[in-house]
Amino acid sequence: MVGASSGLGEAMARQLHAAGANVALVARRKDELDRIAAELNAARPGSAFALAHDVRDFAEAPAALEQCVAALGGLDFVAYAAGILPPLAESEWSFEKDRATMEVNVLGAMAWLNPIAARFEAARGGTILGVSSVAGERGRRGHPSYGASKAALTTYLEALRNRLARYGVTVTTVKPGFIDTAMTKGRAGLFWLISPEEAASQALALARRGVASGYVPARWAPLMLVVKAIPDFVFKKLNF
Amino acid sequence: MHLDEQPLRVAEGWGGSVRSVSRYVVPRSAGELAEVLADAHRAGLTVTPRGAGCSYGDAALNDGGAIVDCSALSKLLSFDAQRGVAVVEPGVTIKELWRHALPLGFWPAVVPGTQLPTLGGAVAMNIHGKNNFAVGPIGEHVEWFELATPKGDVLRCSRTERADVFHAAIGGFGQLGLFTKLALRLKKVDTGWLRVTPLHGRSLDELFARFEDYLPKSDYLVGWVDCAATGRALGRGQLHSATYVHADALEGRPVALEAAAQDLPGTILGVPKSLAWLGVAAFMGNTRVRVLNAMKFRAGQLPGQDRPYIQTHVAFAFLLDYVPGWKRAYGAGGLVQVQPFVPHARGPETFRAILEACHRHGLPSYLGVMKRHRPDPFLLTHGLDGWSLAMDFRVTRGNRGAMRALVDELIELTLGAGGRFYFAKDQLLRPGDAERIWGRERLAQFAALKRELDPENVLSSDLARRVWPSGIGG
Repeated sequence: MVGASSGLGEAMARQLHAAGANVALVARRKDELDRIAAELNAARPGSAFALAHDVRDFAEAPAALEQCVAALGGLDFVAYAAGILPPLAESEWSFEKDRATMEVNVLGAMAWLNPIAARFEAARGGTILGVSSVAGERGRRGHPSYGASKAALTTYLEALRNRLARYGVTVTTVKPGFIDTAMTKGRAGLFWLISPEEAASQALALARRGVASGYVPARWAPLMLVVKAIPDFVFKKLNF
Repeated sequence: MHLDEQPLRVAEGWGGSVRSVSRYVVPRSAGELAEVLADAHRAGLTVTPRGAGCSYGDAALNDGGAIVDCSALSKLLSFDAQRGVAVVEPGVTIKELWRHALPLGFWPAVVPGTQLPTLGGAVAMNIHGKNNFAVGPIGEHVEWFELATPKGDVLRCSRTERADVFHAAIGGFGQLGLFTKLALRLKKVDTGWLRVTPLHGRSLDELFARFEDYLPKSDYLVGWVDCAATGRALGRGQLHSATYVHADALEGRPVALEAAAQDLPGTILGVPKSLAWLGVAAFMGNTRVRVLNAMKFRAGQLPGQDRPYIQTHVAFAFLLDYVPGWKRAYGAGGLVQVQPFVPHARGPETFRAILEACHRHGLPSYLGVMKRHRPDPFLLTHGLDGWSLAMDFRVTRGNRGAMRALVDELIELTLGAGGRFYFAKDQLLRPGDAERIWGRERLAQFAALKRELDPENVLSSDLARRVWPSGIGG
């Protein structure tokens, strides 16, 4: 579970663990990881492995993956849930924030999922779950690079799915709406907010069923159908 | 050139049933190849040389390490048309070599069943052909080579210069160094034709007897064994004996030394070759193979089918190239090839036991090929005065366990008879089997050379780690 120290990633890791899986927890914040791993190992000794890693250290990803695989004794499911949404003011234009967003949300995913895809291709099986977002469906005015990063991630995951399907590998793109996490705390205009636990449960169910791409919760699907159909000349006048 | 920055690639054994994930680098020059070897220690990666990837198993795989694909080192550096000696880079393929040499009146002395392998790979695995009983493996036709070692040296080796390395690196499955140049002696031929005589044996004993009869009369001799047949027909099959057609026996035919005269047809029974594998796929299954083999065997007994005919070198030699992509017919699980080599006197009884074991395990081979061999001077050779039976087994999701059990039994039958195996075909030998095949002394000689030429154990492979889990150098 890459991005396992909080929010959806943490919740998915806990649910996988509760279902009997051994889990490797990867995230930047070592203290948080150690706390979660200690809890999981207390419940089932030797079942959780924590690895502090910044997904922007792209060159370190293959070795970090090997450490996880060695600790787990194999690999059959991977979720990339690392993501950031730096606050961006109305007239703020920050390349630093844009770059960080793309590095964590897209390039980090590629650095991790490329070697995982190769491993699953060779093994002729495995499941990849990528956490994208409804924000990747349109270029919304609120946060250009966040939307762009999730659009890129969605397309990248779709390509992985098409590349790997012939080898028996499943790739599921999860597109959550608003989840009640630190990332969304204090933001205005949120609706249909669900807990990380509920989102995790629905996301894992999509992967278990081998769904290619799904919204979490599912009621976002008809809404996004409408949002995607809004013509550009109308969309640019909207305030979201 | 930093090895750990090269792209990851999934590489597959030729049988399509084993794979590895490796850093993959394609050097464009001997200098780049040396750089790769020099960088391996810093990067903490082992290196496996790979040519065209025609080893059936894991000889050219290196999970978690690096693969050095030598196919771009593909210059034919010189050809002495008087002596028939070609000096090549390791990535030159057998196809490229014969297309250059045949118009000059030379044919590679040893070719396998496909023209795809590179010569570097062919020499590293010390391949043999349908004429092994007469001319030995390809190593016997190597005059010299240059070997880049992980230690940083480039050694020139021949029967008189570093003869120890010469006889160990040929057949050394890429574990002592990487070839940068090779000099090979080819066979002089008058024409592009062979005269082929079809024969058959209605039982294993009859097949062996026909084989013995025709050995002195053949330049090439190969047998197809119906591994699905049982009872009195167990081990029945067909043989094809071939002799060179000399210029005075052309009987009005063109000399056919130009490459175009040798090209394989684009269709098989009117079907484009690219689709022909679908026809093969239709016969995958124990019962269907049994029916197909019976039809093939009976067809060979029809009147006139034993009449000799003329065939080009390419058509006779490269049977595996007739149906491009034929391995797809085996399905997603691919195939395992097992090729036991058995001493002459133990051939019939051991092959009988092997075929019976296959039936007992419910895993008859879908293709069986029998050849006659002779000993050779190479350190880790598979060659012996005896016979081999190459068998293809289809791998499915459900039969890996049964396959392991069968192969364990085949290994015991073969080694119990004083036999050997061939690394180009192997993916299932176990730790300890190498010592039973070659003995402690030979392995110690190989280990000593490994320690000298590759003290840091840079060169490795999935095969090397499988057979020598503690390392070749000890």
